[in-house]
Amino acid sequence: MATTPATEYTGVVPQAREITTKPRLSDKVFRIVVTSGGFFSLIVLGLIALFLTIRGIPVFHQMGFKFVTGFDWNAGDPEAGVPATLGIGAMLIGTLVISFIGLILALPIAVGTALFLTYYCPEVIKRPLTILVDLMAAIPSVIYGLWGFFILMPHAVYWAKLIHKYLGFIPIFKMQAPVYERSPFIAGIVVGIMIIPIITAVSREVFSQVPLDRVQAAYALGGTKWTMIKAVVLPFGASGVAGGAMLALGRAMGETVAIYLVLNLYFIPNFHILFSSGGNVASLIVSRFGEAGQFELRGLMAAGLVLFIVTLLVNFLSDFIVKRAARTGQQ
Amino acid sequence: MTTVEFDVAPQKPWRLGNKQIAANILVLIGSVLVTPLILKVTPLSGKLGGALVLFTLVTTSNVILSVIRQGIKTISTAIAASLIYVATALVLLPLGSILFTVIMKGKDSIKLNTFTHDMRVTQPDAPFTEGGALHAILGTGSLVLIATLICVPIGILTALYLTEIKGRFEGLVRFLVQAMAGVPSIVAGLFIYSVLIVTLGAKYSAYVGALALSILMLPTVARTSEEVLKLIPRDLREAGTALGATQWRTVAMVVVPAARSGLLTSVILGIARVAGETAPLILTILGNTATNLNPFQGPISALPLYTFTLMKTGLDVAITRAWGGALILLTLVLILFISARLLSGKKR
Repeated sequence: MATTPATEYTGVVPQAREITTKPRLSDKVFRIVVTSGGFFSLIVLGLIALFLTIRGIPVFHQMGFKFVTGFDWNAGDPEAGVPATLGIGAMLIGTLVISFIGLILALPIAVGTALFLTYYCPEVIKRPLTILVDLMAAIPSVIYGLWGFFILMPHAVYWAKLIHKYLGFIPIFKMQAPVYERSPFIAGIVVGIMIIPIITAVSREVFSQVPLDRVQAAYALGGTKWTMIKAVVLPFGASGVAGGAMLALGRAMGETVAIYLVLNLYFIPNFHILFSSGGNVASLIVSRFGEAGQFELRGLMAAGLVLFIVTLLVNFLSDFIVKRAARTGQQ
Repeated sequence: MTTVEFDVAPQKPWRLGNKQIAANILVLIGSVLVTPLILKVTPLSGKLGGALVLFTLVTTSNVILSVIRQGIKTISTAIAASLIYVATALVLLPLGSILFTVIMKGKDSIKLNTFTHDMRVTQPDAPFTEGGALHAILGTGSLVLIATLICVPIGILTALYLTEIKGRFEGLVRFLVQAMAGVPSIVAGLFIYSVLIVTLGAKYSAYVGALALSILMLPTVARTSEEVLKLIPRDLREAGTALGATQWRTVAMVVVPAARSGLLTSVILGIARVAGETAPLILTILGNTATNLNPFQGPISALPLYTFTLMKTGLDVAITRAWGGALILLTLVLILFISARLLSGKKR
């Protein structure tokens, strides 16, 4: 901090203030204002749950538990007296399938990159490389969607054909018809790329906290770099990495536009990941929103509530794992 | 902050020597040169085949070098190193591809009129010398401005609660901010839609969209500000208190000014987080082809939504326009990202 130049002392001695530990009025106001600011997030989260529930109640009331397990999404026709059947089961399954494909692809790559950044790369390129990986997290999802559709898709279709040709005997790689475009596999790749920087950042953070003496001990016992990583770094960082993976999973489940642009939404649960048919709750909301009537709109709110709860649970779990990791790491 | 002074810098045994770096680079260059030859001789072909051959070459040479240098037991070490290099390449490949394609495909549609005209009288598939993205640029600007005005006070208050007051609910608040950071963007949009548009009867407009963005921006601002405020030495706070200042005066006159550049960084990171959001905007601002500068009335456009809408038309020219929108958006995000880096880097 800059020091202020000494001014002429004018000679008036200020009267000693009353010494007290009682907070003054200004402090009381300050504390109240800051505390209420701190609780703003609680209010917002509460309101989100409240409003989506209120809006969704008629749908839950009519559909019951079938809203979550049903596979039909039919807006019905109020004039013709056809009742609506709304179920997001296929979309939920699709969301999980895509998120897990993304996670399975991203996890080894992200952990490898974090190891590279911490233990393999020369000091000179460490910082620029870290910035580049962080930059990936800043790229807007609509750009990932655009790139995924026009650039990645042709390549991914080729990879999918290869996988089907050589690994087609595995049930999830079977095809009902030779349509490879806009499959959960491709959406999974896009989401995987999007979550790589999240897992990398968390992993790098944990790996950089590995105690130096343990690393030196591993080397002193004759270990090579890889045996040291296996014996020291990975066990130390495992739960931190798991927490980062959960965080990324939550992000993947809530991803909307990038998936919407590359996925063929279809209301049948599909486990054949190479086939052009998949589901995604967030994309469902975007795709139906424009033309939805009153009741269907309430259904979309209810779908949003389900998505909100699922991602919240995943995030809680992530928080729990990371906290536990921080505790065990200090031992 | 206490720093421990070492007479001898602690050894980082994993650090590569110059010889090793040189060997690695030589192996890589050699493999790159040999790969086309092998592709010609063997039935393998294409990019995938090339990558496979390259990987095999690099791995084998690394294994051979490693075995010569350190003995037969280091085979796994060499293979692991190769895999880790591959992982890093797999991260940089899509990143490079995205940056490259956005620039190459986007530059065709960027003309001077892109920044001076909107699409009011222009069809999406009109030549690039007509129309532009002015409405989207101004739309993103007003959205971001309003969201910033909302988030900065609340975000910094939240951070101050966590660092200055440290009340009974510190853990809870930190946890809630974390939870809020995980709210999917579409849910934020849906929430604002259900509250403002359905319940309160508001119309699609900039401030509705900005409120949705605020939900996403707030946790970023709060968390980064907290990190920044934590870095302010305790001594400064104690000095303020020792001079007889109240807590309020200490925070307002000492702590916050000391953290000024860091707080600015947190705001920039918050803006970068929401500038590219599309999903909540679909539900809250609807989109527009004309410039609308009134944030309280009428639908507006924004760069991500502009890109998204044009891409969905499926027309070739419109898609090139969409790439142009993506390029402007990417440039904006890059500028924000780099300025945040520069600001936070200067302090160290």
